[in-house]
Amino acid sequence: MIHSIFTQLLQTLLIVGLAPLLVGWVNQCRAWLQNKSGAGVLQPYRVLHKLFNKDAVLADGASPLFRLAPYVQFGCMALVGTIVPVLATDLPFAAAADVIALVGLFALARLFAALAAMDVGTAFGSMGARREMLVACLAEPALLMVFFTPSLIAQSTSLPTIVETLAHREFVLYPSLAFAAIAFYMVSLAENARIPVDNPTTHLELTMIHEAMILEYSARHLALIEWASAIKLMNYSVIGISLFLPWGIVEAEGWLLIPVALAALFAKLLAGGAALALLETLSAKMRIFRAPEFLGTAFLLAVLGMLIRLALEK
Amino acid sequence: MTPTFAGQLINLLAALLLLIAFAMLSQRRVLSLIYLFAWQGFVLVLSTTLVAYSTGQHHLYYSAALTLILKVFALPWILHRLIIRLNIKWDVETLINIPTTMLLGIVLVIFAFNLALPISQLASTVTKNTLGIAMACVLLAFLMMITRRKAVPQVIGFLAIENGLFFAATSATYGMPMVVEFGVALDVLVGTFIFGIFFFQIRETFDSLDIHHLEKLKED
Repeated sequence: MIHSIFTQLLQTLLIVGLAPLLVGWVNQCRAWLQNKSGAGVLQPYRVLHKLFNKDAVLADGASPLFRLAPYVQFGCMALVGTIVPVLATDLPFAAAADVIALVGLFALARLFAALAAMDVGTAFGSMGARREMLVACLAEPALLMVFFTPSLIAQSTSLPTIVETLAHREFVLYPSLAFAAIAFYMVSLAENARIPVDNPTTHLELTMIHEAMILEYSARHLALIEWASAIKLMNYSVIGISLFLPWGIVEAEGWLLIPVALAALFAKLLAGGAALALLETLSAKMRIFRAPEFLGTAFLLAVLGMLIRLALEK
Repeated sequence: MTPTFAGQLINLLAALLLLIAFAMLSQRRVLSLIYLFAWQGFVLVLSTTLVAYSTGQHHLYYSAALTLILKVFALPWILHRLIIRLNIKWDVETLINIPTTMLLGIVLVIFAFNLALPISQLASTVTKNTLGIAMACVLLAFLMMITRRKAVPQVIGFLAIENGLFFAATSATYGMPMVVEFGVALDVLVGTFIFGIFFFQIRETFDSLDIHHLEKLKED
């Protein structure tokens, strides 16, 4: 019991604390790929530090919801970070929610982001919120479909059970999981405002989605939102790892192997971040009206994965 | 019950075939369509070789070799030459927009899987589960044929149907007799040549490769 609480604490600290580092690593890789020197992997921490030390400015007529939203977003993302099994499957918090509830938590955070964006009544905020909801209403069903395929394999929607089934049973090739993995990657690109759907570094009004929603925020609120979106990227990465590359995550009673799990996690995140940077360098941002087609393809792949699971792997 | 490792690999390749069939359905460019067709042939070769290896059916090696020569190299090369000569490397026009086509494709896959279920229960081959995928490939290629306006994608759809049928034969009964396979291969090759000649005739008559023009029977 003590060990599982220790693992839980370690994992939560790891996800919340290292999320900006992952963002910094992706940005650094992208800078290297574009022949730039880059700002260093610690740059997101410097930005957060700067923002936390500033005085917050609120727009006239901003309701309490506008103030509350950053805390809700941060809380949701940190909570997701405690539920996903990253180092060990033996987590006291993991029983609190299954994969479907995870989708709900992401949706809650997004709902507050969109409401807060519309709250101040600026044109950009509402536009960003509407675009975000367009992307979200297509990404969410695809994400659920992605989660159903591993759930069908493990016959459970709880993440620790899925990880135990995939990582610690006899090795079987699952073509359905390959489909689900591609679909998950596409959905997570859309959900994290990465390049084919949205550009995280742009402030060009015609193209921005996520950035348009948070234009009115400053100082600690902005810092919390930025941190929350870093944790979101981290969460999607660890969900992807635990569903599709779960080798290395230790089972219950195996807490002595935690250092191995830690090393495996770091290796996977380094490789995943570099792959994300490569993809972002190679592809161009799509027109926003192409996003439905992109997410439709993700949905299609996820459904195909499920069908193949039902028809082929009996 | 989990199948053997070879069986799992065959399943994976079957899933890949289905993915390529969908990619062809969503493809907007003729040139990429040809590459996808060549890839589909290549996956077919791999899976046939694997079936031949795991079951010890030697004649399947010959059909795999035949597929490799014909569908991975010869036919894509001929089609490539054709579209360069016809100068139509660019966009493919579709009758229905692509997301709708994809949704129709999913419906077809569900239909094919249901249809193949009783047949695969009767079959005793290691590849019996892939029959549904083979039928889905046939139906998807057919869907591609009827939703495209221009002649070249329709011909590629026709050739992809043949790929699907070949895969169905491999998965249901470990391939057709050699004579039949040679006959089909020859037919497909000659068919492509004839289609090539047709393309030029159609374009000369109507100044475009739009099949729509063929519906008019009278000169006016």
